[in-house]
Amino acid sequence: MLSILRTIWTVFRHGFARRFTVQYPEQKRTYSPRWRGRIILSRDPDGQERCVACHLCSAVCPVDCIAIQAAEGPDGRRYPEFFRINFSRCIFCGFCEEACPTCAIQLTPDAEMAEPIRQSLVYEKEDLLISGPGKVPGYNFYRRAGLEIAGQAKGEGENQKPPVDPKTLLP
Amino acid sequence: MKIYIENRRFDLTDPSVNLLEACLSLGFDVPYFCWHPVLRSVGACRQCAVKVFKDEADTRGRIVMSCMTAPAEGMRVSVNDDEAREFRAKVIEWLMLNHPHDCPICDEGGECHLQDVTVMAGHVRRQSRFPKRTHRNQDLGPLVNHEMNRCIQCYRCVRFYADYAGGRDVGVQGCHDGVYFGRPSPGPLESEFSGNLVEVCPTGVFTDKSLKRHYTRKWDLQTAPSVCVHCGLGCNTFPGQRYGTLRRVRTRYHREVNGYFLCDRGRYGYEFVNSPRRILQALLRQGDNALAQVSAEEAIRLAKSLLSSGKCIGLGSPRATLESNFALRTLVSPSRFFHPLAVSQHLLSGSSLSLLRRFPLASLRDVSQSTAVFLLGEDVSNTAPLLALALRQAAVRAPRLAKAALLKIPAWHEAALRTAVQEEKGPFFLAATGPTRLDDLAAAPYRAAPGDLAALGFAVAHALDPAAPAVPNLPPAAAELAERIAASLKSAAAPLIVSGPSCGSEALLHAAANVAAALGKTNPQARLCLTAPECNSVGLALLPGGNLADVLRALRDGSADTLIVLESDLYRHADAALVDEIFTAAKHVIVIDSLANATTARAELVLPAATFAESSGTLVNNEGRAQRSYAVCPPKAPVQESWRWLTALTPNVSWPRWEDILAAMAVSSGDFRDVTTLGPAADFRLVGQKIPRQPHRYSGRTAMTAHIDVREPAPAADLDTPLAFSMEGSPLNPPGPLIPRYWSPRWNSDQGVHKFQIEVAGPLQGGDPGKRIIEPSSEPAGYFAPTPPASEGDGEILFTPAWHVFGSEELSVHSPGIAELAPRPYVALGPVDAGRLGVRDGAPVTVTLAGRTLALPARILEAIPPGAAALPAALADLPFFSLPARGSVSLAAPAAPEGRP
Repeated sequence: MLSILRTIWTVFRHGFARRFTVQYPEQKRTYSPRWRGRIILSRDPDGQERCVACHLCSAVCPVDCIAIQAAEGPDGRRYPEFFRINFSRCIFCGFCEEACPTCAIQLTPDAEMAEPIRQSLVYEKEDLLISGPGKVPGYNFYRRAGLEIAGQAKGEGENQKPPVDPKTLLP
Repeated sequence: MKIYIENRRFDLTDPSVNLLEACLSLGFDVPYFCWHPVLRSVGACRQCAVKVFKDEADTRGRIVMSCMTAPAEGMRVSVNDDEAREFRAKVIEWLMLNHPHDCPICDEGGECHLQDVTVMAGHVRRQSRFPKRTHRNQDLGPLVNHEMNRCIQCYRCVRFYADYAGGRDVGVQGCHDGVYFGRPSPGPLESEFSGNLVEVCPTGVFTDKSLKRHYTRKWDLQTAPSVCVHCGLGCNTFPGQRYGTLRRVRTRYHREVNGYFLCDRGRYGYEFVNSPRRILQALLRQGDNALAQVSAEEAIRLAKSLLSSGKCIGLGSPRATLESNFALRTLVSPSRFFHPLAVSQHLLSGSSLSLLRRFPLASLRDVSQSTAVFLLGEDVSNTAPLLALALRQAAVRAPRLAKAALLKIPAWHEAALRTAVQEEKGPFFLAATGPTRLDDLAAAPYRAAPGDLAALGFAVAHALDPAAPAVPNLPPAAAELAERIAASLKSAAAPLIVSGPSCGSEALLHAAANVAAALGKTNPQARLCLTAPECNSVGLALLPGGNLADVLRALRDGSADTLIVLESDLYRHADAALVDEIFTAAKHVIVIDSLANATTARAELVLPAATFAESSGTLVNNEGRAQRSYAVCPPKAPVQESWRWLTALTPNVSWPRWEDILAAMAVSSGDFRDVTTLGPAADFRLVGQKIPRQPHRYSGRTAMTAHIDVREPAPAADLDTPLAFSMEGSPLNPPGPLIPRYWSPRWNSDQGVHKFQIEVAGPLQGGDPGKRIIEPSSEPAGYFAPTPPASEGDGEILFTPAWHVFGSEELSVHSPGIAELAPRPYVALGPVDAGRLGVRDGAPVTVTLAGRTLALPARILEAIPPGAAALPAALADLPFFSLPARGSVSLAAPAAPEGRP
C-alpha cells in the first residue's frame, strides 16, 4: 500500500522536475565542437583547398565510404579531382579526421542529415567544401612541405634552408 | 654452416651470402637502405646494424653492419639486441633530419621503404629544430619525376643507373649534406631502364610520372600477376587498375626472366589500354560509310552469317594470346589458319622456331651469368631491352669472377669488387649493322651489312669446328676477328651467342645456329639466345600457318572469300600494296582488335577485344617459356577476350571457362601438353578462399560508384582463375604464379619481395611462374651452309632496319610518355656516304626504296658502315618496308628561295 502511494508521489513529483528533452526541431541544442557530425572539407588560411588527396582518410575509413581521385594543378598543388562521401554508409567514427595530415577533413556538430532519398546522402566535393579553416585556424600544409608551388619557390617555406647549389664544393 | 640468431640455431645452405641476406632469408626483419638484392652491398647507410657475439660467454658483443659481414661457422647474432636497436633508431633519425614533411603528397607514400624502415627502426619523434636543406628539382622527361628534397643519400640510384644499367647521364654532384643525384642539366633520362629508379629509390626522389597523372595509392590498386606485351621477352609485371582505368605497371619478380627490373617500354607502355582509340563496341560498316555500333548478339549473328559460306580463312596474331590464336585456328580449321606476316618475316619466324627446338636456350638469368658473349646482328637495347641489361652484367662477369677469386672478395661485396675490377670487361663481341647502346662493352664493335655479319658468324663457327662450312672470300679483318672470337668463346666456361630476326636476315640466324652448334659439340654450357619480335611470336609460330602472300593466293583462286583478322594491324607486317590487294580480294573482313588502326578501318565487322589488362591468357616468350597473364579487371561488356568471340562463332564448341580452352589446347598438340599446369587450376583455394586482387586496405568500396547508384554492385565473378575481383579472400602468401602484389606486415614497399621468395633473390615460394614448353632436341645439330647475302631491289645503298625501344612497338606508342620519346622518321647515313652525297646532319634527303619515294631528314651516324643506311623500323609514321633492301638516297632539291623572282 505504502509502495503504491510512494510510486504515485514519485510520478507526480516528476511532473514538476526539470525537463531534459527539448521541443526539437523548434528548439535546438548546442552541440560540443567535438561532436562528430556532418563531415566537411576546410580551406587553408589563404583560402586554398586544404585537402591534398593523400588517400589516408579513405584508407582508414572502416566502412570504405570515401572515394577520392588525386589530381595536380598547374600551380603544383595536389587536390582531389573528386571527393565523394557516401553518408548512407558513414558511421561518424571520426577516424578520417584523425588520419588527415593537413587538417582538411573535419567532423562538425551538425547531425541533421536525414534525407528521404538515400541517393541524396552521396556528397561530392562541392557539397563538402566550406570557405574557412574550420577547427584548425592557422595550419597551412604547403608552408611546411618543402614543395615548390606557385608563389613559393624551393626553400621559401617555414624552417627551410635555401636550395643547395650542387656545383659548389665549398664546405 | 650453422649460425645462431637470437640464440636459435639455423643452418645456412648457401654460405656465400652476407649476414643481412641470411637474416632476411630466415625471416628476420633487418632494416636496410643501400643494400639491394641485385646491387648488393656497399655499406653506405649504416642502417642494417646487428650485434655479433664472439661466443656463448660473450655478453658485450659488437655492432657490425650485417650487409658487410660474412656469416661464419658458429656465429652468434642478435638483431633485436637493445644496443643494436638504439643504433638503428639513431641512424634513421639522422637520415630523416632533412627529409621533408610531404608524405601526403608524395607518390611513394604507402609503399615507401623509408616509411617502412622508419617504423621498423622505431624512430617516432623528430628532435631537431633546425631548418631542413632543400634542393631544386630537374625535369627528367616524360617518364620519371624528380623531388630531390626527399633524398637520403643511399646512392642506390647511381649504382643502378650508372653502374648496373650503364647510363651515363645520372651521377652524384655536390658534397657533404648537399649531395645531389641527377643529370648534369635537366632533360629526359637517356637510359631505357630509367623507370627502375622508381623502384630502386627507397623513397620518393624518383617517382612514376605516368602514375602522377592519375595518381592512386598502392593500397587502392587492383592488381594481378601479368606478363608484359611490349616485346618478346615475357617480363613479369603487376599492372594496377582503379576506377576502370589502368594506372601503372610495376615489376613482378621472376628469377629466370626479368629478375627485379623492367624496361621503360614495359613499364610505361600500358597507357594504350586507356587510349581514346580503344574499340569498346561491336562495329558494323554501313555500306561504304563509317562504322556504326551494333549489339554483341547482332554482331555474333552477322559474323556467323558471313562465315556460313565455309570459305573463311583466319589470320592469327603474334601479339594475341595462345588461346585466341588456338580458338581462331579451331574456328577456321588448321589448313585455313595463316600468320599475318610478309614472306620474309614468316620465313624468319619459322627459322627461329626451328633453332629454338634444336639448341639449349638461355633465359635472361643464364645470359647474365655467361662469361663470353657474341652478339650477332641484334640491336637488343631496342628490340629486347632487358636482354641488353642482362648482357651488360655478362660483360663484366668474367673479370669479376677472376678478381673475386684472386683477391678472395665475396660476391656480395659490391664496393670492393667494383674497385678491384674498375672498367675491365670480359670477352664481349658485338657485330651490328649500326650503333647500339652496348657499344661501350665491346672492345671493337664490328659493323657491316647483315650479309657480312652472317659471314662473320659462319667464319666463327668454322674456326670453332673445322667441320662447319667455311666462308669463301672473307675479308682479312673479318677472318682475323672470327679467329679471335672463336678462341675467346672456346676458352669460356659459359659462352653465349645472341642473335635474332630484327635484321631481317635468315642467314644471320643460320650463322648463329652454326656457332651454337660448333660450341655445343665441346661445351654443354654453351647457350643460344634469340629475340622474338612480339610478345607471342613464338606461340604463333607453334601454330603453323602460311604467310600473307599465301592468303592473297587463297583469296584469288576462290578457295576463300572471308577473312578473320585477329588482333593485328596487317599494314605493320607487310607492304601496304599487298595488304590492300588482300582486302580488295576478300569479300568480307572481320577484325577482332582492341585499338582502332588501319586494318580495322578496312573491316566490315569489328569486334572489340580485351587487352592484356582485361583478359587472362598464355604467352610464349623468346625462349619458349609459356607464362600465364591474369586479368587485372573484368572487361566491360561487350568487350571480351578474343577467344570468347571466336568460340561464340565456332559451331559444336563450348568453352565457357578458360580451363576448357586450355584443356582443348593441351590435347591438340604435343607442344601444348603443359598449358594446363602453368599455374594453379581455377578451383585452387588458399585455406578455402580465393586470392584477392584488391589489397585488404582497398578503400572507397562503398563510395566509388555511389554517384551512379548508392547501392553497391556485387563484385564481378571470376570463374576462370583462383583470383577474385574483390578484397575478400585469403590474406596468406599465394604460390608464385598467383602473387597479385608484394605486401606483407611491416613491408609495404616492393622491397618485401623477399617475403615471397624461398631465399633472397631465390625462387618464389610455391614455384616460379611459367614453364618452358620448347625443349632442345638431344640430337647433335647439323650445320647450315653459308648463303650469299640476299637483298631485294637495286640501288647503291643497302637499307637496314633501325629499331627504337620507343616507337617501334605497336601498342606502347599510344602511351603519351612513350610517344613523346619516339623518334620522328629519319634516315641514317654513314659519314662516308654522307660526304659523297654532300649531306649534312639534319639535311632533307630523298629516299627511293621499294618503288616509294620518301622525303626524310638525314642523320649522320659514325657507326653506319659505307654503302648502308638505316631506316627506323615499324615507326607509326613510316610505311612498312621489307628490309634489308637496296635503294638510293639523294640530296633533296633545295626549296626555292622565297620572295625573289
